[in-house]
Amino acid sequence: MQFLLYVSDYIIPFVIFYIVGFAILMKVPVFSEFTKGAEDGFKVVLNILPTLIGLMIAIGILRASGTLNLLGEFLKPVTTILHFPSELVPLVTVKLFSSSAATSLLLDIFKEYGPDSYLGRVSSIIMSCTETVFYTMSVYFMTAGVKKTRYTLAGALFATLTGIIASVVITNMVF
Amino acid sequence: MLNYLWGFMIIIGIVVGVLNGNIGEISTASINSAKEAVSLCITMLGVMSLWTGIMQVAKSAGITDAFTKILRPLLRLLFPNLPKDHIVNEYIASNMIANILGLGWAATPMGLKAMNELKKLNPHGDTASCDMCTFLIINISSLQLIPVNIIAYRSQYGSVSPTEILGAALVSTTISTFAGIMFSMVARRLSKIN
Repeated sequence: MQFLLYVSDYIIPFVIFYIVGFAILMKVPVFSEFTKGAEDGFKVVLNILPTLIGLMIAIGILRASGTLNLLGEFLKPVTTILHFPSELVPLVTVKLFSSSAATSLLLDIFKEYGPDSYLGRVSSIIMSCTETVFYTMSVYFMTAGVKKTRYTLAGALFATLTGIIASVVITNMVF
Repeated sequence: MLNYLWGFMIIIGIVVGVLNGNIGEISTASINSAKEAVSLCITMLGVMSLWTGIMQVAKSAGITDAFTKILRPLLRLLFPNLPKDHIVNEYIASNMIANILGLGWAATPMGLKAMNELKKLNPHGDTASCDMCTFLIINISSLQLIPVNIIAYRSQYGSVSPTEILGAALVSTTISTFAGIMFSMVARRLSKIN
């Protein structure tokens, strides 16, 4: 599984090379298109800034007060049986409801344990393969005027759980 | 949703802090977290703009459209009941491609358009069609090529190699999406209505 680390090094340069190279062949004015697109990045970040400030304050308070440690201790008996780090339970639970709240918890893990620690790596990978189940379902089904969602929730939770298990197993294998 | 969650976190945090005698730390933490959020966003401005810039280049070179076309045959397999040349196929494909490329903000409007069309094609009124279930399950299982945000966060918090998780993340996200696809296909077989 070590080759996944080489893959990691190659992904970004390869994607950029492929896109820019192909665009040059298609005679696209690459730099002016790039700067035009980069502006969108500003809008995206500015949109999430107020949410992020609010949630990082809330998580900061939970960490400083000792609430997060209490929660971890409380969950430890269950998570030891499941071989899942108890520190990550709040992260995966909150992720089902709110992406930005989960982000704040992820950053808290980075601060407490470091992004290159075992917990930092597992949580990075979990965050990149899961989506906010309840939020997405409510927004999309509201648009479609659907009240009976049948097997959607079961399927979404199944995919999410598979992703979480895969993240833990793969992290153990690669790093 | 977030209104309850946020209020709850603040209240619980402060109450526990008082009980633990950590009220001084809470005071410092709330100020520092606010500052930290802003410096994080400065890092994100850079990384996010790099990505949206490159994606704009991809878009004008026709790469995103090409990927949308490649996805078509796969859509036939996942959504066998959809009319073949209906506009909804395009919306679904664009939504999936935007998600794969990590353009979440571009994905949502397309996804909602797709949902609107699926609603028109749904004969069961307020009960979800199999196509809706499949679409949402795949959307939520979120196949993503490069988790741009996560890289930005890792680099802000001093990771030696912010991108080292990319390969492992790609494998996990593929597995979870595959699980979602399998689930949808089996559930469609077993269900009595379309």
